[in-house]
Amino acid sequence: MLAYALKRLFILAISLAIASLVIFLVVEVAPGDPASFMLGINARPDTVAALRAELGLDLPVHERYLAWVSGMVQGDFGTSYTYRAPVAQMVAERVQVSLPLALYALLLSTLIAFPAGIFAAARRGKPGDVAVMGATQLGVAVPNFWFAMLLVLLFALKLRWFSAGGFPGWDDPLQGLKALTLPAVALALPQAAILARVMRSALIDILHEDFIRTARAKGLSRRQALWRHGVRNALIPVLTIIGLQFSFLLAGAIIIEQVFFLPGLGRLIFQAITQRDLIVVESVVMLLVFAVIVVTFVTDLAYAAVDPRLRRRR
Amino acid sequence: MSRNLILGTLLTALFVGAALLSFVWTPYPTDTVAITERLQPPSAAHWLGTDHFGRDMLSLVMVGARTSIAVALVAVGIGLGLGVPLGLAAAARAGGWLDEAIMRMNDLIFAFPSLVIAILITAIFGPGATNAIIAIGIFNIPVFARLSRGAALSLWRREFILAARTAGKSAPRISAEHILPNIANLLIVQGTIQFSLGILAEAGLSYVGLGAQPPIPSWGRMLADAQTMVALAPHVAIIPGLAIVLTVLGLNLLGDGLRDRLDPRLGMVCA
Repeated sequence: MLAYALKRLFILAISLAIASLVIFLVVEVAPGDPASFMLGINARPDTVAALRAELGLDLPVHERYLAWVSGMVQGDFGTSYTYRAPVAQMVAERVQVSLPLALYALLLSTLIAFPAGIFAAARRGKPGDVAVMGATQLGVAVPNFWFAMLLVLLFALKLRWFSAGGFPGWDDPLQGLKALTLPAVALALPQAAILARVMRSALIDILHEDFIRTARAKGLSRRQALWRHGVRNALIPVLTIIGLQFSFLLAGAIIIEQVFFLPGLGRLIFQAITQRDLIVVESVVMLLVFAVIVVTFVTDLAYAAVDPRLRRRR
Repeated sequence: MSRNLILGTLLTALFVGAALLSFVWTPYPTDTVAITERLQPPSAAHWLGTDHFGRDMLSLVMVGARTSIAVALVAVGIGLGLGVPLGLAAAARAGGWLDEAIMRMNDLIFAFPSLVIAILITAIFGPGATNAIIAIGIFNIPVFARLSRGAALSLWRREFILAARTAGKSAPRISAEHILPNIANLLIVQGTIQFSLGILAEAGLSYVGLGAQPPIPSWGRMLADAQTMVALAPHVAIIPGLAIVLTVLGLNLLGDGLRDRLDPRLGMVCA
C-alpha cells in the first residue's frame, strides 16, 4: 500500500507541476498588459513601466513562474492588480461560499441518488425502475443553470419561500444555509441523476454475484440480502464517483453562482476576467485544479485501501 | 427498433432539421428589433412568443440550434480527429514510451475541471464560438483516445490482425484498415454522448457570456438575457431551456439506442 501511495503521490506532484505550468503559460500569452489596463489609455509610458516593475511584470518569464509557484506553496497568491489586496485573502473570503455550496450539493445529490438507485435496482425492469431511469435520463439532460432559473421562478418569485439571490453571510448559519439551498438543489440534480444510475448498475451487478445467492440460500430475504450484502458492496464504485463528482460540483458552482449572485469563487473569477486581473484568474484556476487533483488522489487511495486488487494492478 | 432509438432519432432529427432549415428560412428575421411586440406570450403569430427585443422566439430557437449543433459537432470532430489517431497509435505501441506519454497526457487533461479550463481559454483568448469549440474540443481528445486505445488493444490480439501483420502490413496501415472499421460502432455511440455534452457545455459558456457573441443567437445567451425577465415573461426562460433539454435528451436516447442496437462487443467481433 505504501509503494502504491508513494507512486500516486509522485504522479500527483507531476500533475500539479504540469498543471501550474500550463495555467501560467496560457495566462502569459493572453493579449493585453495588466499595467496598461489598470492605468487606462491615457497613462504615460514611464508610469506604465514603473507599475510593471512594481508588479514584477518586467522580470523574465521563468522568474515570474517560479515566484508565483513558490509564493503559492507558502500561501501567498500575490496581490490583485485591481483591488491591491492579497489574492489569498480574497480567495479565502469567497471559498466560504463556494466550498459549503459544493459540499451541500454533494450531500443532496447523495441523499437523492442512493434511495433512487437502490429502489430502481431492487425493482429492475418494473415500472418503478422505468420511472426512476426516465427521471435520471431527464436529469442528465437538464442544464443546471436553467434548472436554477426555474427554481427561482417557482420558489423565490411565486411561492416566496427563498430569496432569488445574494448571500447574507454566515453570521446566522441558518440564513446562510437557506440562501445556499436553491443553488445546491440546482447543482445537485444532474449529479444525483448520474449517481443514481451508477448506484443502480453497481447494485444490479452485485446482486448477480454468487455470495448474494449464498446469502439467499442461507435464508436471508431478498430485502435483507440487498441491504446487508448488496448495498455495502456496491458502495465502493459509488464512493469513487462521489469523489470525482466533487470536481464537477466545484466547477458547476462557478456558473450557478452567476444565477444566484453568490459572492463565491465563480463571481470572483468572472470579475477578474473582465478587469484583466490575471493574477487572480490564474490563482483561482490553479486552486480549483489543485482541489480536483487532490480529491482524485484521495479517492484513488481510498479505493485502493478497500480494494487491494487495484494496488497490484497499477 | 427500440423505443429509445425511435424517440432519440425523432428528437435529434427535429433539432438538426430546424437548424438546417434556418439556413434558408425562419418564420421571422432574427436581426430585426420590434420593440412594440416585445415579450409577447406564445400566440398564432408567434408560436413561441417574442423576446425582449420583440424577436420571434421560434426563429431564435432555430438559429440557436445551428450555433449549438455547430459548436458541439466541431468539438466532437476535434476529439475524433485527434483522439482516435492518438489512441490507435498508443495501442499499436502498447507499453512503449509513446503509449505511456499519450496516456499520461490524457490523465492530465482529465484531471482538469473541464468547465474551469474552458472558461480560462475563452476568457484569455476572448469569448466567441471558435474559442468555445477549442475549449470543448480539447476535453473530447482524451475521451476518444482512451476509448479507441482500449478497444484497439483487444483487437491487436485477434487472429485477423495477426494475419495482417504476417502479410507484412505496417502498424499504421493495420490501424487504419482493420482496427478503425472495427471500433467505428463504439466511436459513433461515444460521439453522440460527447455531442450532447458539447451542447450542454456550449450553453453554459454562452450563458456566462463566453460562447457565441451577439448578434449570433445561441440558447445559452437567450437564457442569460431571459434571467432578468423571468418573472415578467417566463416563456423567454422556459423555451430555450426546453430546446437544450430536448436536444440533449434526444442525443442521449439516440446514443443508448445505438449502443443497444450495435452492441459494441458484438460489433467488434462481427465487423
